[in-house]
Amino acid sequence: MYTTELKSGSDGGKKRSKVEIVEDPAKLAAFEARVAADEFIEAKDWMPEAYRKTLVRQISQHAHSEIVGMLPEGNWLRRAPSLKRKAILLAKIQDEAGHGLYLYSAAETLGTPRDEMIEALHSGKAKYSTIFNYPTLTWADIGAIGWLVDGAAIMNQVPLQRTSYGPYARAMVRVCKEESFHQRQGYEIMTVMANGTDAQKRMAQDALNRWWWPSLMMFGPPDDSSPNTERSMRWRIKRDTNDELRQLFVDVTVPQAEYLNLSIPDADLKFNKEKDGYDFGEIDWDEFYAVVRGEGPVAKERIKARTDAWEEGAWVREAAMVHAQKQSKKDAA
Amino acid sequence: MSPQLKNQLYELSVRLGDDALILGQRLCEWCGHAPSTEIDLTLSNLGLDLIGQARHFLTYAGELEGKGRDEDGLAFERDALDFKNCLLVEQPNGDFAQTIARHFLFSTWQLLFLEQLAQTNDETLRAIARKSIKEISYHASISAQWVIRLGDGTPESHDRMMNGLDWMWRFVDELFLVQEGIEDVCENIGLDLSSIENEWRNKVAATLKEATLDLPADRKGIFGGRVGHHSEHLGPLLSEMQSLPRTYNDANW
Ligand SMILES: [Fe+2]
Ligand SMILES: [Fe+2]
Ligand SMILES: [Fe+2]
Ligand SMILES: [Fe+2]
Ligand SMILES: [Fe+2]
Repeated sequence: MYTTELKSGSDGGKKRSKVEIVEDPAKLAAFEARVAADEFIEAKDWMPEAYRKTLVRQISQHAHSEIVGMLPEGNWLRRAPSLKRKAILLAKIQDEAGHGLYLYSAAETLGTPRDEMIEALHSGKAKYSTIFNYPTLTWADIGAIGWLVDGAAIMNQVPLQRTSYGPYARAMVRVCKEESFHQRQGYEIMTVMANGTDAQKRMAQDALNRWWWPSLMMFGPPDDSSPNTERSMRWRIKRDTNDELRQLFVDVTVPQAEYLNLSIPDADLKFNKEKDGYDFGEIDWDEFYAVVRGEGPVAKERIKARTDAWEEGAWVREAAMVHAQKQSKKDAA
Repeated sequence: MSPQLKNQLYELSVRLGDDALILGQRLCEWCGHAPSTEIDLTLSNLGLDLIGQARHFLTYAGELEGKGRDEDGLAFERDALDFKNCLLVEQPNGDFAQTIARHFLFSTWQLLFLEQLAQTNDETLRAIARKSIKEISYHASISAQWVIRLGDGTPESHDRMMNGLDWMWRFVDELFLVQEGIEDVCENIGLDLSSIENEWRNKVAATLKEATLDLPADRKGIFGGRVGHHSEHLGPLLSEMQSLPRTYNDANW
């Protein structure tokens, strides 16, 4: 998921607990009580350092995902097969850019400047959703991304509208409205293709084959390998576990695929009456951790595209700053 | 309306539709790669407006043509020889300054043109023009602001802005010949373009002055877009843009 903790190494619970020990116990208790009562924490409020750090990491990772996520879809913008599809896709990618901006602003309220977060993305220190390290090979991938990737994003983000940090929760309210729109548009592309010519049907099935497992990986590692889940849930930074959300996604998405006459690439997928949900096959966690480490199929392309844009645009940002300074001097004179 | 006039009206609509489509397609190339996310958003806004305008003009052109082609039929099934956009809009993005130079020169003209088109007696063109004027006023003003910012920014941005204008300047004269070969229909619908060139030159000169940029020197104009004789840059743009509908010509999307 855009917001699941993605860290390749273990920075050790030790380091963090050291920080927590330093916190004033009375303040900490008051903070915990406010969060437990579902109050919103605002930028100016006292908060434990570990809460601040976790949030900056989570929100900036989410922001980076929105921005990097523009690239796989941008790959098909110039080749969109109709003018209407081109306009819809451009507007969609533009929404993602907007999400990136709200989220960077929300993260900045916690005291980390945006340039520092961007620097961390480019250096590989900060992570972004693993899903955007997969290539878009046909137009059906644009449908699959809207349907599955935006669909998975919604599952994770709807609960975050009630996350404990006010600026993040409010950003999520705006973001969620647009994501569900994207999901419907993506499914609509898939519907047309799944009911289209043989070539289109083939592309639609192939896209589902390639995007299905990476979509399930978006929800992050299984609960028994997510050491911080318990604390993040207590702090209302997370409201459901990775596995709960993944199950929900599978249960909602399988019937949608059936409706399109597309088959989910999982031989073990089976409806389980007892749990009133689907059992599904084992996720390839080695692949997941490799992608988290930056070894995804197009990870290098994605980061290169972002750093090139940033470096090649440096003179523009500098010129805008210098010009603004000249103007304010003129206004002052 | 006589078939000859109708044909000219088709031609006019296609010229305008192609201008918007090709420039919109060029702007799509920036998506995800702009100097900042804010600029990315701005360029997408401009692109969206233009693609929207292209759809209106080309839909109308398709109706006038009467061969059952809709906006997509015209956008995806014509060859370069049948595209009638001006050479300016198909020029490569280059760096951000070159993109801004192109957008500034074009949208300053487009705004003046649309203001005239909005007063003609062709109901459809008038309606498209009125709707587009609001959008293009923004294009003209945001691109002028960037010309000023870059011209009067750092020495590097000043030079880049000058180079961008220098690249585009040979295509400016063609803008003022949009009515060439279709004068009858322009007269028939009451399109008066007599004052546009002067106004355009005044506006451009004023912005460049504020940007501390010299007006590019006069030079031999390059023409051909309105009769389908394009630069080498259009072909690759069309191959990419048209690839899906042309490869799968029996498919709907
Ligand atoms: Fe939008
Ligand atoms: Fe988004
Ligand atoms: Fe989205
Ligand atoms: Fe607009
Ligand atoms: Fe100069």
